[in-house]
Amino acid sequence: MRIEAYERFFMILAALLLVLGIVGIAIGALVAGVHVPSPAGRVDPRTLTTTPPFDQPGLRDLGGGKYEAVVIARAWQFQPNQIEVPVGSTVTFTLATPDVIHGFVLTGTNANVMVIPGQIAQVTARFDRPGEYLWVCHEYCGFGHHQMFGKVVVR
Amino acid sequence: MSATARPQTLAGGGAIAREGMFLAEQLWPIKGQLVLALIGLAIGGIMGLMQALDRIGIVMYKAMLMQTYYQGLTIHGVLLAFLFTFSFSNAFVSLLAIRGFERPLASTFLVQGAFWTMLVGTLLAAYAILTNQATVLFTFYAPLRASSLFYLGAALLVISTLLTALNLVLTRRAWQQEHPGERTPLLGFVGVVTYVMWALATVGVVVLVVFFLLPWSLGWLKTTDPQFNRILFWYTGHPIVYFWLMPAYISWYLLVPRQVGGRVFSDSLVRLAFILLLVFSVPTGLHHQYVDPGIPTVMKVVHLFTTFSVVFPSLMTAFTVMAALEDGGRARGGRGLLGWIWKLPWGDPSVTAQLLAMLVFILGGATGIVNASYNLNNVVHNTSFVPGHFHMTVGTAVALSFIGISYWLIPYLTGRELMGRRLALAQAWLWFVGVLLFARGQIAAGLLGEPRRSSIGEAPYRDLIHAGLDNWLTAIGGTLMVISGLLYFIVVLWTVFGGRRLTQPLEIPIAEMRFGARETSPLLDRLGFWFLIAVVLVAIAYIPLILLYLPLQSVSPPIKVY
Ligand code: HEM
Ligand SMILES: [Cu+2]
Repeated sequence: MRIEAYERFFMILAALLLVLGIVGIAIGALVAGVHVPSPAGRVDPRTLTTTPPFDQPGLRDLGGGKYEAVVIARAWQFQPNQIEVPVGSTVTFTLATPDVIHGFVLTGTNANVMVIPGQIAQVTARFDRPGEYLWVCHEYCGFGHHQMFGKVVVR
Repeated sequence: MSATARPQTLAGGGAIAREGMFLAEQLWPIKGQLVLALIGLAIGGIMGLMQALDRIGIVMYKAMLMQTYYQGLTIHGVLLAFLFTFSFSNAFVSLLAIRGFERPLASTFLVQGAFWTMLVGTLLAAYAILTNQATVLFTFYAPLRASSLFYLGAALLVISTLLTALNLVLTRRAWQQEHPGERTPLLGFVGVVTYVMWALATVGVVVLVVFFLLPWSLGWLKTTDPQFNRILFWYTGHPIVYFWLMPAYISWYLLVPRQVGGRVFSDSLVRLAFILLLVFSVPTGLHHQYVDPGIPTVMKVVHLFTTFSVVFPSLMTAFTVMAALEDGGRARGGRGLLGWIWKLPWGDPSVTAQLLAMLVFILGGATGIVNASYNLNNVVHNTSFVPGHFHMTVGTAVALSFIGISYWLIPYLTGRELMGRRLALAQAWLWFVGVLLFARGQIAAGLLGEPRRSSIGEAPYRDLIHAGLDNWLTAIGGTLMVISGLLYFIVVLWTVFGGRRLTQPLEIPIAEMRFGARETSPLLDRLGFWFLIAVVLVAIAYIPLILLYLPLQSVSPPIKVY
């Protein structure tokens, strides 16, 4: 088949560009350690509030500057909707929903995950600067969707 | 094979349309679908105003007779992403197939059936949405419950495209029987490839609606699995963007070059690009689900690679189309490295709209690569970055191209001259400026964490995001786009109802080739073979995923929260 010289040159360039993109992603994942959320187990939304750890939502101190925040996302609030941690903490958010799909994006961090009925969602963020970090529900979950938000207060 | 630079026409001979290939009983459903597309664009577009102004705290859904912001957003999504794009493609690609194969479509029943299913599907979905029984946005994620009529309506819209797909395949087969041993004419070929890809892509949503959502909404199934349903949705939900794009590509590749007086670089590259789109479009859906909790990470990585593969034919498109434009600009006397650009017929609204659409698509494509880039997706997923991105792709690269196409298509079909050419030119530029401001605003706000599909104007956290200025840009840009849409409909109505009768019928603009089909490997015409490869890739991308995912987590009854 006939491929013109210009065409060939451009196709090689295009392929190189894409390979470069993949290399960038690999560096981000393997060197900088930025990962996408992985499966963290399943849970039945109909019995969520009696299933550990979701029977006791809230912040847990795991020691060594590590915390776990167990958060229920329901139409239309997060429970709890505010947690406080000291500067330098690493917080793992463990989320689930008893009703429809919700979302979780924590501004100023890389934490971003869908909260889907039946699945446990988990993301981790480190807080090196004091301040308030807003989190919001970013999936449509009914007419009160825009009321769903929460905060991490870092002191 | 020997090189030849002798121009060849696409249709493999006659440059003038052959008598008798356009049948009245096939033309009316084509025109009818075009009308449906424009109605979708008009009503869906008006909702855009309410969404754009909502960013700056002007909450006006009540003024638009909506009960919630989200009811309006559902209309916007369904009418623009499904009705407008599906009907326009059905009409446009069917027409080009007739011209490309120089024969009527194989089945009049199917083309009329496509019109009726599109119409009935629209009416059912519209009824459900307007009565607030389907405020589930155009993604209708379970366990949000919509009326069964909504699912039925959506299914009919898809069935309409499948009837068109079948008709195109049958038309190609009939042509082959009439022309044994000849190359499939390119203009017909690209349309068939588009619809064959789409047919494979619809499997996900068809299974989703028929085996899950419809019986579940009727109460025959008590529960469903929302995570698995999302897998099925996005199996279709990514390739759908290629289904939106490919008709625009057809125009960019094969029609616009003629409109600017250039030739297509080569037959081989066009066929290769479309075959690659057929092969790689479908097995990519998980890049919409990088942050879904229930999906094995290894499968997300597999889809990362297939997604990057399907970028390749789009980059080829950039080259080939640019080369054809340069050919045209130089033929018109353009000199120097970039001098040809100014020589392009910028006074022709059909050309200008499509050139601007292409320009915007460069940014749309670049932001799309950001979305697709795995861990980078953490920063942007479901933020307003995403609507910023796709208003530059489907919202402009496709929509403004369709508008540009209609500037010759409507005169062609009605036999009336395009009226208000300056208005039409202003329309294209206004959209261009509008979408750039809009996208700049949405993208910046998204990077600050502003969520998409949220009534920001009513959100208690609006001032905590500090995207005030960006949201103003979104509002201003969006308003300009809506005004541009208004100008468009003035031009259309003026042309249809007040246009001067053309003394000579128009021809569909079809470009010539610098290097014709004789240079192309015949393997590229073996549609069945490439379809099989596409199926194998889909199997590799989805069967391990489903096996790793099982058993189903069927835990969600329908929930109505709107
Ligand atoms: C006429 C000018 C337009 C304006 C002002 C506009 C504005 C908007 C805005 C602000 C959003 C985000 C809403 C939110 O996330 O809460 C949106 C969403 C969307 N737009 Fe547009 N838009 C326009 C035209 C178009 C066109 C032409 C298309 C496609 C052909 C389109 C397709 C969509 C889709 C699919 C969504 C997503 C809906 C969803 O998230 O459920 N829009 N639009
Ligand atoms: Cu929510």
